[in-house]
This record gives sequence, C-alpha cells and structure tokens, in this order.
Amino acid sequence: MSAVASPRAARRAARQQATAERLATLTLPAAPAWLKPAREAAMARVAELTLPDRRDEYWSYTNPEKLISAEVRPAEVFKITDEPPMYQGIDRLKIVFVDGVFSAADSDPLAGEGLEITRLADSADIHWAKDLYGTLEAAGQSPVPRPLAALNSALATDGVLIRATGKVKRPVSLIYRRAGRDSAVTLHHVVKLEKGAELTLLENGPVAARASMVIEAEVGEGAALHHVRTMGRDHERKAVTHVFARVAEKATLKSFSLSMNGRLMRNEVMVWLAGKDGTAHVAGAALGEGVFHHDDTVFVAHQAPGCESRQVFKKVLRDGAVGVFQGKILVEQPAQLTDGYQLSQSLLMDERCQFLAKPELEIYADDVKCSHGSTSGEISADHLFYLRARGVPEEEAKLLLVLAFLAEALDEIDDEDIANDMRLRLRRWLERHSH
Amino acid sequence: MLEINNLHVKLQDEDKAILKGLSLSVEAGSVHAIMGPNGSGKSTLSYVLAGRDGYEVTDGTATLDGESLLDMEPEERAAHGLFLAFQYPVEIPGVGNMTFLRTAVNAQRKARGEAELSSGEFLKVIRAKAKDLKIDAEMLKRPVNVGFSGGEKKRNEILQMAMLEPRMCILDETDSGLDVDAMKLVAEGVNALRSEGRAFLVITHYQRLLDHIKPDVVHIMANGRIVKTGGPELALEVEENGYADILAEVQA
Repeated sequence: MSAVASPRAARRAARQQATAERLATLTLPAAPAWLKPAREAAMARVAELTLPDRRDEYWSYTNPEKLISAEVRPAEVFKITDEPPMYQGIDRLKIVFVDGVFSAADSDPLAGEGLEITRLADSADIHWAKDLYGTLEAAGQSPVPRPLAALNSALATDGVLIRATGKVKRPVSLIYRRAGRDSAVTLHHVVKLEKGAELTLLENGPVAARASMVIEAEVGEGAALHHVRTMGRDHERKAVTHVFARVAEKATLKSFSLSMNGRLMRNEVMVWLAGKDGTAHVAGAALGEGVFHHDDTVFVAHQAPGCESRQVFKKVLRDGAVGVFQGKILVEQPAQLTDGYQLSQSLLMDERCQFLAKPELEIYADDVKCSHGSTSGEISADHLFYLRARGVPEEEAKLLLVLAFLAEALDEIDDEDIANDMRLRLRRWLERHSH
Repeated sequence: MLEINNLHVKLQDEDKAILKGLSLSVEAGSVHAIMGPNGSGKSTLSYVLAGRDGYEVTDGTATLDGESLLDMEPEERAAHGLFLAFQYPVEIPGVGNMTFLRTAVNAQRKARGEAELSSGEFLKVIRAKAKDLKIDAEMLKRPVNVGFSGGEKKRNEILQMAMLEPRMCILDETDSGLDVDAMKLVAEGVNALRSEGRAFLVITHYQRLLDHIKPDVVHIMANGRIVKTGGPELALEVEENGYADILAEVQA
C-alpha cells in the first residue's frame, strides 16, 4: 500500500525538484583540489535545503526570486562623477576586483606585516582555509536555513583568504569595481584571526548588477575583527550578502554596513559568541528611496557566559522605499551573564514608505540582561520647530535631525576617520535628495 | 519694536478660538511682562509669534520693526531678531549642543548677509558666555538638552539667546521648574542682555521672576486678550490678591 503524500510533503518534493532542475544548469567553477570537496558539499546542501521562496518564513518580507533567477537583469553602471573616492587619506592595503575578478594590476601586493593573503582562485592546499571554507556557512544553516549562502560556497569564482597573525595596522580594503552592465558576481572570502590578532576589513564599491558575497570569519581568542562595508549609489544593484563569524573567548567582532540606494539588498549576519567574555556589535545604516528594498537579517547566538552583543540598525526611507529588519538574540543555556541589546529603527520621510520589523529574543539562561526595541516614525515636529525657531532653515534642520537619527548606528564604528568618511557621504546623499 | 494688533488665533484642527483680539506694543529697550491665569492664551501667543504649526491666525497683525511676522517662516523670524525661550526646551538626541548653536548662529548671520563665524571665533565667544551662565564645557558637548536638569535646560535657553543676540526676546514661563538659585542665575543672564536696542516680553504666572527681572510694563491677560496694563505695581497686586479681583474689576 502506498501512502498518499501529504500536501506538505508534495510541496517539498516539488521544491526539491525545482531546485534540482535549477542546480543542473549550473557548473561548479574550476577550483584548487582542496576546495573541490567543500564546493560539492555546499551544492549538496543547497539541494537538501532547496532554494528559498516567498512562502518561507525567513523570506516573508523580501522576495528572493530576483536574487536566484537564472536570468540576471542587466543594470547600467552608475557613473560616479560627484562622489570622491572612499577612504581617501586612510592608509590601507587595496585589493581590487573588477566585475568580481581579482585584478592584480589594480591591487597592492598581497602581503603585509602579520598578514597572509591569498586569492581564492590561486590558492594551493591551504590548510587553515580548508578547515573553514564552507564550514561556518554550513553551521549557519541551523536553526534557519540560508541556502543562498550555500549556493555561494558552491559557486564562488573569486575571493580572498586572509589570515592575520598579529595586530595588523593597515586595514585590508576590498574594492569592487564594475565594468559590465550584466555582471553577476559570486565572491567568497575567508578570514582567520589567530589569537590576539587585530584586523580591519573594509569593503566598498558597486560590485555587480547582481552580487552574492559571503565572508566566513574565525575570530580567535582575544582577537578583534572590525568590518565595515559600504554599498553606495548604484541604483539598480541587487545583492545578497552573508557574514558568518565565530567569536572566541575575549574576542571582538564589529561589523557595520552602510547602504545607500540599490534596488534589492539582503544582508545577513550570523554570529556565534562561542567563548566567554566575547563581544559582537553588528550595526548598519541604510538610506533609500523609491524601489529601494533593504533587508537586514541578523542572528546573534550567545553560547558562552559573559558575552556582550549589540545590534543597531537605522534606516531612512523615502518615496515608497521598504526597509526590513529581522533580528534575533539567542541565549543558550550556558550563556549566563549575557548582555544583549538590539535596536532597529526607521525614519519614514513620507507615508508611502514601509518598515517591516521582526525582533526576536530566545533565552534559555536565567541570569541575563537583554533588551530590544523597534520603532518607525517621522521626524519629530517639536524637534524641527525648535531648530527652525533658532534660525536653522528647514532643509538644514531636517538634515541635522536625520544625521542625529543615524548617529547611534555610526557610533558603532570605532575608527573615527572611517566614521567621518561615512558621515560625509551620508550628508552628501541627504543634501542631494532633499530637494 | 513689536506691534500686535487685534490678533485672533484659533487652533488649526478645531474651531476653538484662543486669542480673541489681542493688542500689545513693546518698545525698544523695554521689558514687558504678561501675567495671567492658566488657559488665558499666554503660551499660544508665544508660539504664534515664533511661527509654530497648528495655529491659524484669523484676524489681526503682528509686526517686528514694521515687518509682518506672520508671513515669515520660523527661521526667517529668528533671523529678523525674534527669539523664543521655550517653556519646555526639547531634548534632541544625536545633535550636539555646539553643532546646533554654531549652525543656528551662522544660519542667522548668513540670512542677514553677515560673514559666518569660524569655529575658532565661535568657540571663543561661546566659552565666555557659557562661563557667565555656569554652563560647563561638558554640557556644551552633550546632545541638545539631553540629560539636562530643568535648570540646565533654562540656562541653555539663555545661552542660546546670548549667542544669537536677538532684538526681541520672548521668555515663556522661564521661571517654571526653577529653584531660587537657578532663577537668579537665569535672571542675571537676562539682565546682562538688557540694552537700548533690545526688548523683552516676559510671560509668567508668578510675580517672583519679576523681582529679578524688573519690568517696565505689566499686562494682565485673560481669555485671549490683554485686559489690564499697568506698571510693576500691577504684578504685586496679583501676587497679593490673585487674578480674581482684577478679572472681576475688568468684567464689571
């Protein structure tokens, strides 16, 4: 007797079938021998997890269809004419990708004190990366599946493997240039900080018409990783990014993202505070208008006692833009004395904008301090009047108040030069869009 | 300097008249006080003059040195020399007190076609003025009014007034929430600004502020109008007998 499949099972079978058909059209890129098994395992994960769709709870606010469709809609390369290059005057090691391909000619030599850097595509049998590539991503498939990250592990064509063994003074700066209209890019970086190491990792640039980027970061005991990503004024951009970070005892991860415009962005961050007294600050500022759809999905797992985590996300939405925040703090049973904080806020500049927020706390330890808050609103009429009554013109007053709204997120950037660069960019964006 | 003539104001969203034919004339160099019971329209008058949304002027005029205030945006009124010291100064997280004041000073200077102050010049001036009002450097660095006590907020208002050097200053219940020492400090700040080219309109419930800021003229306001005008002795009369006698006398 054959059992009648339940509707649920039938749906799952159909999804697996659709995913299998889609995956059959893809070929794994050529890879060094050490990478091949990791790619194949990642591909098997995607087949098992199936590609996401709108019915998945984790995708109920953001439609993943355009992030996974076989066809990538071409997008004009945004001409940056009035925007000064980022991080001017900040001494850094530049690593340039053009349409997702490492460009040795445009990059600095891949070397620095306390630093080992290898291009993913060129890498020989690198043991430290072998243990990491796809490993954190695979661990990050539970409790919530992230099939797009697994797909990235399978298909990434380039990226860098960065190992820091000491306190690295010069930030490593990944610069993503675009040349082609219809570029679709998959990049995967692996970062490992040995005990006591320090590293600042910067990312900026338009990347591609459609981009998938994954960073897997192992932050060793007492080490500190500062990550700052900026995605600027590329109106047609679609991107999905993942940061997976495991933070050891007394180690620190700080990750900040700034997004201005773009059409569809999904930024996922998954952090494990795996050793006691660790710190994780994940923050972001997003500004967008019109078709802008920006989704921050963050998961911080406290697994060890005495750790501190902060999530601070601010969005300024205009002219029908949509902002999404899904943030979770999970405090596992051993993680006593956890200090967790989560804040997500949107400033809606007109009535057509939407902010969709799902803040979550899940706590299994009994001696913890956790707080979260989520709000959306408009500029306070009382604040605006107070400034104007002192002679500040309306537009300037609004600018001050929007920057004030974003301040708490920007304060999460430790390096003042980098934070000021961000403030300048935000101010320019707001000035340009205030008329 | 400030001429208000037959001013009628109602709330924008309701048919509720608040000012009902208020007339007032404040000459340069003078201090006028407005006293009156709760609900007489004193705060509305200050908000309408400063240009706050939510009110509709249905009749009358208000001019500053002959120019109609009611046609101007709030920032234009400020640049023309009008200043309102708020009864409840708002806290603005994320906007530094210094940044705010420098932006305001320079915006006004720019609107008047004057050169903007450099940050060095600005710092020098504000440090001296802050010192007089016992406002320490830490308070200047903090976000506008955030975490300030009631007295600190009012002193911050007077500091703004001192920095912006307006010609027409309206003080809306500046004494509310102040202890005696704080009130003295605020009053000293105001008195230091008294000059021939500057006028004050001091709105208050109580006579005690007027012990420290001596008015030339005292008006009693009730039901949206000035009902009685006199010298400083009128304030003393209110202090002794309350408003009831005066209102009864006016209505009789």
